[in-house]
Amino acid sequence: MSATGEQQIILEMRDITKTFPGVKALSGVTLKVRKGEVHAICGENGAGKSTLMKVLSGVHPHGTYDGDIFFEGHPCHYKSIRDSEHDGIVIIHQELALSPYLSIAENIFLGNEQATRGVINWYKTNAEASKLLTRVGLSELPDTKIVNIGVGKQQLVEIAKALSKDVKLLILDEPTAALNDEDSAHLLGLIRSLRAEGITCIIISHKLNEIAAIADSTTIIRDGMTIETLDMHGAEKITEERIIRGMVGRSLDNRFPDHSPTVGDEVFRLVDWTVYHPQDPSRVVVDKANLTVRRGEIVGIAGLMGAGRTELAMSVFGRSWGTKISGQVFVKGQQVDTSSVTNAIKAGLAYASEDRKRFGLNLIDDIKHNNTSAALGKISSRGVVDQAEEYRIAEEYRRKLNTKTPTVDAVVGKLSGGNQQKVVLSKWMFTDPDVLILDEPTRGIDVGAKYEIYTHINALADAGKGVLVISSELPELIGLCDRIYALSQGRITGEVPRAEATQEHLMHFMTKEKEVAGR
Amino acid sequence: MTQVTPTGPQAPDAADAVAATGKTDGTQAAAAKKTNLREYGIVGALIAIVVLFQLLTGGKLLMPDNVASLFQQNAYVMILAIGMVMVIIAGHIDLSVGSIVAFIGGVLAIAMMNWHLPWIVAVLVGVALGLVIGAWQGFWVAYVGVPAFIVTLAGMLIFRGLAILIVGETIAGLPEGFVGISNAGLLGTLGFAGAADVLTLVIGIAGIAAFVFSQLRTRATMRSHNLKVEPGSMFLTKLVGVSLLLAVFTWILSQSAIGTPYVLILVAVLIFAYGFLMGRTVFGRHVYAIGGNVHAAVLSGVNVKTMNFRIFINMGLLASLAAVVTTSRAGAALAAAGNNYELDAIAACFIGGTAVTGGVGKVSGVIVGALIMGVLNMGLSIIGTNPALQNVIKGLVLLIAVAFDLINKRRAAGA
Repeated sequence: MSATGEQQIILEMRDITKTFPGVKALSGVTLKVRKGEVHAICGENGAGKSTLMKVLSGVHPHGTYDGDIFFEGHPCHYKSIRDSEHDGIVIIHQELALSPYLSIAENIFLGNEQATRGVINWYKTNAEASKLLTRVGLSELPDTKIVNIGVGKQQLVEIAKALSKDVKLLILDEPTAALNDEDSAHLLGLIRSLRAEGITCIIISHKLNEIAAIADSTTIIRDGMTIETLDMHGAEKITEERIIRGMVGRSLDNRFPDHSPTVGDEVFRLVDWTVYHPQDPSRVVVDKANLTVRRGEIVGIAGLMGAGRTELAMSVFGRSWGTKISGQVFVKGQQVDTSSVTNAIKAGLAYASEDRKRFGLNLIDDIKHNNTSAALGKISSRGVVDQAEEYRIAEEYRRKLNTKTPTVDAVVGKLSGGNQQKVVLSKWMFTDPDVLILDEPTRGIDVGAKYEIYTHINALADAGKGVLVISSELPELIGLCDRIYALSQGRITGEVPRAEATQEHLMHFMTKEKEVAGR
Repeated sequence: MTQVTPTGPQAPDAADAVAATGKTDGTQAAAAKKTNLREYGIVGALIAIVVLFQLLTGGKLLMPDNVASLFQQNAYVMILAIGMVMVIIAGHIDLSVGSIVAFIGGVLAIAMMNWHLPWIVAVLVGVALGLVIGAWQGFWVAYVGVPAFIVTLAGMLIFRGLAILIVGETIAGLPEGFVGISNAGLLGTLGFAGAADVLTLVIGIAGIAAFVFSQLRTRATMRSHNLKVEPGSMFLTKLVGVSLLLAVFTWILSQSAIGTPYVLILVAVLIFAYGFLMGRTVFGRHVYAIGGNVHAAVLSGVNVKTMNFRIFINMGLLASLAAVVTTSRAGAALAAAGNNYELDAIAACFIGGTAVTGGVGKVSGVIVGALIMGVLNMGLSIIGTNPALQNVIKGLVLLIAVAFDLINKRRAAGA
């Protein structure tokens, strides 16, 4: 951990300016990374972090940007990723680039096959892969197919692949975004041990607690410019709040808007809800869950990955997940039929998926069409859509939610994560539900936009809706919700009112193991 | 006539992405201009091809009778392409339509010749059969989940086989009324003005008026909602340009030996109806939603199975209409009829800007695509190009059109 004294600079990016047609993505960015350190890069979405890394790795080739890059003292003129990898710079993207039906070993050596005269030496391939897997602490056989291992392990395979290329500088783009706490902790441990081996790491992350825990220095980028580089071991104690201040250019004293709930009658009740795994019908995924939500109330569901949070929500919403589903759903005291999505919507339910790109939006269509897609019936008569009304509604929601777009004709896929999430919210608000289930409503959204989303969630509750929020970020649940259920292995193991909610308290319930019955 | 398509609805178009990202008003306007230009680009390509062949054929291409037969010979492509674009937008494909045309054509002929049904009744039988065949294929795709490529590849074999079984080689001597569908027109219904057929002129003028009116109304609606409209000069150019084209086309057609061909009326009605269906109705919106993101569509309450089933029933319906015009045009049912029709229809879709990955496409676009294929067919035939070489040329046009589109999109994305 000694970051004292003048350490050797392994990478220097000087005055990097990158312009896209009509947009200046980077203007005069400077970055200095010391050899053997973990260097974090922070910034809101769209600040220019990924562009900077693309410039570094040669995705944006030399000549398409201004400025100089020095790696190990030599100027770099990378024309492609191959060039930068040749120098030992390896980037691991947020969306993993593994081939699902090839084995771990094949993936590790993809493009770098262990072959003599074009004939692959499988013995060597698997033996070398085994060594690398030991190094990253992954205890899978090298011939296991990628589809059969989880995201956390896939991330480790990516790192093993990087190590196979004699990496000197490893760049990780949001490495823990899709990982659960356990896998995240393992990954951070691995980064520490790589540092001990002398490998330099650049880590891009939104998770500030991780940065505070692991980084030796942190460079903050805002609006395509370097704001500051913080020494994490210096005299000033660097807190999450300190980093946020740099990222948003102001201090966010309160990451959550103030809200005093006006709680009314019960609006949603789930009774003995039980769901089995669709591929393995003997496995219970949601086990006799009971919960209630009242009008004006924001209720959280906390649980580790695999606890059955999304499965619970999707099975309620039109049986979109699972098999052998049993239990009852009550809306406003009446038992309702939610056996299809159409019926669930009719019953007054709305579900905004955790994966808005895959399940929430038609990315190639525009804002107005997405806005009305779950309630087209409301603006059509005898099957014909009233397009003027559609425009009016889309405009209304654009204003109400402050969606940043030139027009509602804009294609949703081109919007930022925060604005896409606003379109998802608009879509479900337009169905005028009694109960909204919001699954990871702020995933992949930057700090400023998160605050806005929280404000809208509060407004929904104030309008008399019941809101059920699923989140893997405990501070978010504690800051936002009036009451939180903890879910563990498909069972509701605890119910905590806001006043008593602490991360430790929730975590206690979330990790409560199932009792071994009758033995 | 064929260019008068409902305009209000904006099918999701990848090029709109450009318009969407414009950060300032200036770039936004520029981007909007680019979008429009791309949309007009394909019309421009059609005009260029027409002019080219007009020159190459020494003026024969646009002779009145040739213009009339251009529609009569290519009505099947347009009819099939309308159904095919819906299939492709929803993320499927249909390889069987050529075989279905042959099979239903055979049934039509047998109904008239062996069962001695009046030809109108025979047509109804054919249409009903088309719906049944569509339901058959839709069942496998929608409810069993067999990929459409496989279902319709099987259908291609099944219906070609059935066509050969029932037709043998040829059933000729079909009734005059039936043969008239694709070979006659409304000539002289309202008399003549000089050499011009008055009814054709009336239809043409009504078409131009309808086009101008619908454009003005759309623009006014957009304005009243404070939406950006294309610049006045561009709008006016479009209005005048299209109206002029329609006027010239009407004038030429009014001199033809048959006036307005019956099939032109049929095709025009289909274009209007399906343009409206795809652009303005919940049904159409759901087709785009399925193709754009099927998971999001399911979670928005779209019944994807029912929709897929209906899309294939509709394809069967349009295939039966294509069978009627094809059999009528030939005056006989042929076991080999409809050969490669599926490929013509698919090519028209892709030339017309439909996305290979689904979710994007327009009825108006594929009609222009079909016309491009039709003009190529007719022009190359008039100048006496070897049929084998015609295939080579059409193949290249398809390849270049799609490549051009992809390159444009990539440039628009700024990569």
